[in-house]
This record gives sequence, C-alpha cells and structure tokens, in this order.
Amino acid sequence: MFNTLFSNSGLFLALLGAAFATTLAGIGSAIAVGRAGTAAAGVLTEDPSKFGKVLIFELLPATQGIYGLLIGFLIIQNVGILSGVAAEVSIAKGMLYFCASLPIAFGGLVSALYQGKCAVAGIATVNKRPDQVGKALLLPAMVETYAILALLISMLAVFGIPNLAI
Amino acid sequence: MAIVQMRKISVYALKKHRKDILEHLQRRGVIEIVCSPFDDRFVQEDTSSQRNVFLKSSAAAATAWEAINKYCYEKKSLLSSFEGRAHISDEDYYKFVSNKDEIMRVAAEINLCEKKQAELKAEILKLENQCTMLNAWLELDISMRFKGTHSTRAFIGSFPDAKDSETLLKELAVKAPDVSFDLEILSTSTDQTCVCAICHKKYSQQAEEALRAVGFSYPPLPTKATPRERLDELKSRIKEYEKQIDDYISQITKNVGMRNALKFMEDYFVMRADKYDVITRLSNSKRCFILTGYATAENAEKLESDLTTKYEAYVELEEPGDGKEVPTVLKNNSFARPVEGVIETYSLPQRREIDPTFVMSIFYYILFGIMFSDAGYGFVMALACFICLKKFKRMEEGLKRSLKMFMYCGISTIFWGAMFGSFFGDAITVISETFFHHKIVVDAIWFNPVKEPMRMLMFSFVLGIFHLFAGLGMLAYKHIKSGHPMYAVYDSLSWFLIVGGAIVYLLSMDMLYNITGVLLPTQVGNVGGILAIIGAVIVVFFSGRESVNPIKRLLKGLYGIYGVTSYLSDILSYSRLLALGLATGVIGQVFNQIAIIGGTGVVGTIVFVLVFVIGHLLNIGINALGAYVHTNRLQFVEFFNKFYEGDGKPFEPFAVKTKHYNVKEDI
Repeated sequence: MFNTLFSNSGLFLALLGAAFATTLAGIGSAIAVGRAGTAAAGVLTEDPSKFGKVLIFELLPATQGIYGLLIGFLIIQNVGILSGVAAEVSIAKGMLYFCASLPIAFGGLVSALYQGKCAVAGIATVNKRPDQVGKALLLPAMVETYAILALLISMLAVFGIPNLAI
Repeated sequence: MAIVQMRKISVYALKKHRKDILEHLQRRGVIEIVCSPFDDRFVQEDTSSQRNVFLKSSAAAATAWEAINKYCYEKKSLLSSFEGRAHISDEDYYKFVSNKDEIMRVAAEINLCEKKQAELKAEILKLENQCTMLNAWLELDISMRFKGTHSTRAFIGSFPDAKDSETLLKELAVKAPDVSFDLEILSTSTDQTCVCAICHKKYSQQAEEALRAVGFSYPPLPTKATPRERLDELKSRIKEYEKQIDDYISQITKNVGMRNALKFMEDYFVMRADKYDVITRLSNSKRCFILTGYATAENAEKLESDLTTKYEAYVELEEPGDGKEVPTVLKNNSFARPVEGVIETYSLPQRREIDPTFVMSIFYYILFGIMFSDAGYGFVMALACFICLKKFKRMEEGLKRSLKMFMYCGISTIFWGAMFGSFFGDAITVISETFFHHKIVVDAIWFNPVKEPMRMLMFSFVLGIFHLFAGLGMLAYKHIKSGHPMYAVYDSLSWFLIVGGAIVYLLSMDMLYNITGVLLPTQVGNVGGILAIIGAVIVVFFSGRESVNPIKRLLKGLYGIYGVTSYLSDILSYSRLLALGLATGVIGQVFNQIAIIGGTGVVGTIVFVLVFVIGHLLNIGINALGAYVHTNRLQFVEFFNKFYEGDGKPFEPFAVKTKHYNVKEDI
C-alpha cells in the first residue's frame, strides 16, 4: 500500500491540499455560523419578525467554507480525480498544489472565526436598533476581505500550476 | 441629483382650527414638525394622558384582532410581505370612525372572552394534573379520608418508592413487632406505592410511628368521595370547561367580520396618538397656536396657500439656517433613486454637501454586476424583482426602491455575465455535451476570467482607479462649489497627479510588463514620474495648510505623503471584483459537475434538474449577498472616504404611520 502511495505521492499531496482547504475553511465557517445561529435564535425568541435580518448575519461567515470547497474542487479537478483518469502529477506539482491550498485553509479558518464573532455582535446591534442593519452588516464584511484575499492567491496559484513545466 | 431646498414653516392659526389643521397636515405627510419656542404667554400643552388612552385602545384593537386570527386563520401568500398596506376609501374610513364605539365594545368583548378561555385552559390543566394523581388510587373503593371503624385504624397513603407487601410487612414488623397489619397495595410504580393499611385501634400510635419510619405519608389531596367517583367528577368538570371554552371561542369567531374594522381601529388610534404627540410641540396661547416645521420648498408653498385659504392661518416661510436640525431630502432621477436607500444606511449627506447618489449609482450597478457576473443569475434576479414590482403595486416605498435597485443590478449582471461568458456557470456546455452529445461552447463576448485571471485582475484595478478618481473628482467639485477652487488643486489634483503619474511610470517599467502586458515608452514613463513628483510637492506644502507654524505645516505635509499607502490598499481592495466574480462562476460550474453525476437516464435527468435548481439557487443567494455587501463596502470605504462627510438628518414628516391601511391624501 505504501508503495502505491509513494509512487503517486504527487497526487497524494495534491489531494491533501484539497482536503486541507475544504476541511479547515469548513471548520471555521461551521463554528462561526453555529455561533451566529445561536445568537440569532436568541433574538427570534423576542421578535420573530427579525428573521430575515438575522439570517443574513448568520450567513455572512458561511462564505469561507464555500471558498475552501471551491479551491478543493479546483485541485481535484486539475489532477483528474474527478474524471477518474488521474493525470501524471509530479511530486513537485503535488507540493505546489498543497502550498496553494494553504492561504484559504488558514486564512479562511481564522477569518471565519472572527467574522463569526463580528456577526454575533452585529445580531445584537440589529436586535436593539433594527434600522442600523446596513452599518452593522458592513463590519463583519470587513473581516471577509482577508478571506477574499486568501481565496484570490489560492485560486490564482491553482489556475497557474497546470501550465508549469515541472 | 440634488439635495432638495428646504423651507422653515411657521404657522400661526386659531385654536378652533387646530384639530383640522393637524389632521390635514398628517394626511398630507409633508412637514416635519419641530418644537416651537415657549414663553409666558405661549405654553406647552401636556397631552400624555390622552395619548396613553389612545395607545391603549390601539393595543386593545390589536389584541382582539390577533385573537380572531388565532381561531380563524387568515390565509396569506408566501409573498404577502411585498403586498404593502391596503388603500381605504373615504367612505369606509368615515363608516369605521362613526362606528368606533361599537367596534371598541366588540374588541373589549373579544378580549374578555379570550382572557376567560385562557383562564379556563389553565384550570383544565390543573384538573388534568389531579386526574393523573388520582389514577394511582383507583383501586381504593372508599373515601381517601377514611380513618377507620369503631375498633380499627386505617392508614391510606403512599411510600416514595416501589415496594411489595411482603417486604413492607417485614419492614413494619421490625419497627413495630406488636402490631399486626392488614395491608393492601393499591398501586405500585417506580416512585410511589399507594397502600391502605389497617390495624387494631389500640395500636394506632405505634403503627403510625412505624409506618412513618418506613417512609409513609398521607396523600396531599385526599378526596372525600371514592377516587373513582372523584375522577368522574373531575372529568365531567373538564368537559364542562371545554364546552365553555368552545362557547367563548365561538363568541370570538362570530366577530370574524369585524377583522378589518379592528385592524382599522389599531391604525386609527395610533394616528390620533401621534397627533397628540405633535400637540406637545406646539406653543399655545388662549385662542391661538404656533406650529413650526420643515418642508421641501415646493410642498411648503402648496401648504401655505392651502392653510391660508382653508383655515384662515398665517403662514411664514423662511430660508432655514445652517443648523443641524434641518433635515435632508434627496431628489434623483429614476435611474439613481433606488440606491438612495444604500446612502441612507450609511448616512445622509448634510444639507450643504453634494448629493453623491447619481455618481454612486453608476458605479453601484457596474460593481455589483461584475461581482455577481453570471448572465443566468442576473436574469433570474432581474426577473424576480420585475415580477414582484408589477404584481404588488401597493408595495411600501422603501421595499420598492430596494427591488428596483436589485433589478438594475440584475440587468447589469446580465451584461457582465455575457461579457465574461458565464450562464449558470458553464451550463450550456455541460448540458449540450451530456444530454445531446454535441458540445456547444459559448464564448465570452470579451474574455473569460477563469481562463485569463490576470487580465481580469488588471481590469478590476483599472475600474477601481476610475472609481477612486471619481471620488477625488467629487472632492474637487465640492471645494469649487464651496468657493475654494485652490483647495481642489491641493487636495484633489495633487492626488490625481501622484496616483496617475505613478501608474504611468510603473507601466513603463519592464518588470511589470509580464503582468500587465502593456509597456509604455520610457519618455512617457518619465513624464508620469515628474507629474507624480509635482503632486507630491503640492501635498507636502499644502496638505498641512491649517497650521500657522511653518515647521508643523511641513511635517504635516510629509505625513500627508504617507496617504500613498492608503491609495495602494484602496486599489488592491478592488481585487475582490475578480475573486467574487470567479467564485460565482466556478461554484456554478461545481454544481453543474455534481448535477451530471447521475448520468443521462430518467433518474439521472431528475437528479440533474434537482441538483441544478437547488445548487444554483443556493449560489444565487450566497453570492448575491456577497456582491451586495462588498459593493456597499467599496462605496462606503473606498469611494466615500475621498470626499463624503454625511451625518445629515433624515426627514421624518408628521404623517400617517399605520400598519394595515394606507390613509394618505394625494397631493
């Protein structure tokens, strides 16, 4: 089994990268959405009519998980796991795919956690001042910037790797 | 695209017209009433007690209406929140008003019935608890209070755990060896054993002590009748209560026809309470009163002629001062008006500021379109908004504005989606290849960002620079309008030169050729560099111009140069156009890939349709939210940061603020 793994270690590393991106960013979003969801449920006990507003806040930190999924999907598509015909992936390329997954894996994880905190605070704002939803929405969105920047680098790297002659 | 001229209105009128004038103003809803000055002769009137009475009546009507709704559910469609308030005809209005005592009597009756039935329900719950308790005693065919006969003593009670008679008798024999018990176990459960124990009367003392030592206790509610009889009695009482509840409910539901009247009453009393609230802001003498407020110039003149002719009032119009209490009203063409709501969520401009709505709206639609960037999604969004707008004519103004905004954003998205060749991701290619075995590739009209991400990144930056320069242009316009054209050179032109010059200079360097694909001749680059230096010199010498001390001024100017970093981060911030645009397209492609997993058979087609619809709807939801939030961010942080002050006061006219009915007079 180890022999097979070693002969395909490029593929293995690439898949590890895909797993990293999807899992870590997903964990961040899951925790953050969970936290925001419990805060939102608290608001609903007092005023169910705020459902639409608090739902938006709950969804804000959900994007990191999707960005992670995106990078993971792009990697497994590039190395041919999806089509069932695994392309020849050199160890160097596998390593590169792995590195490409790191920005969104860690950037996504941490930014989701903090965006979640911000979203919880935003839900509290909306509970007291429903008219301030526009401003309260912008504060968690600031945190998201760093997830987007991480996604950008991961994505540009994954797009670029197949064209490299290594 | 302007901030509307406001007028300060002072109305001097006789008190006998006060009610009519206020009602007139309320129905017109065009004037914001502020506190008039008070002195010895003109005093404030305290109306809080009347106001509270009205609010209470309104609440009573509302609870009565809710009670009816509880039993006769009013069918509402899923989209009912778009519907807006119903119009009420004058005829109905006066019919309801003249019947208001009768309607409120019914409301009180309904509320009383509702209260009574709630009390009965609580009572039933209590009785049902008692019934459950009695169930353990049903084996007993004598009264639970039975204490014994002439020569016996009976103990009816329970132990707090499960016991059988053998162990019980053994335990009792240990505690009271002399006493012999006749023990009947009535029921056993894990946490209670009900027994009837009989012994000779002369041992009653010892017997009781022994029983207590083993854990015996008397029942909390011993019945006089046998438990069976008592249970039947309780059950019949519950039945009776249930019948009473039904009666009360039918008394409530027979008033179902009053539903609209009650809804109207809720609104009507809120209107009256609002009116009394406004009265506290007037200054009153014995026979006349003064009302002060703000209205737009156009409405103010109409009001003046109306009030003077109809109510013999004297109306004075003046230019309002520069005070902060003067409200801001925006007026824009139908293209830009929808984004006024976005400006309101940030902050309205001050009255002397320029209205950024129009310039912002152009960029708003463009930026949203690029981030959402899928022709199919744009079509779905624009169509959904269009149908809602057509179907629900009475929709509230704010909601209508938002839907219009998203409709325009959707149209822009269709445009950019076509430019970048995305239609539900790569749906056309995937469907044609999988189901028709003939691959159709839809080419982008301009270029495909998935294939040429660097080109898209450059485009994002260029657009961002345009956006920032528009902000700087607004700053220049603001300075020129306020009579300081040189400030425009110091604060605005200088940065145009620095940023523009630096970009030209960078484009002439070999280093960036690989990324941008543009190489300017060295001479042009040098001109750019010189312009940037001129700009920087202006900033160094003039950005600290408020300081009199020349050294301080120079230091401040040098610090001003540090602002270059903020321009750098501002421009880089537009890379989100690429990231979010790609995310929409690629996630769409992911869903298409998942959808075709089921193959082309009947099941495969069903799976395809399900995954396709649900997946793309999910993608629309999450990416429309992202595009909305991040378009706002680019406007608020990158664009407004250049010139906008905000902090204007929103216009809150004295109007009919109702929940169910729209009572507004057309002007």
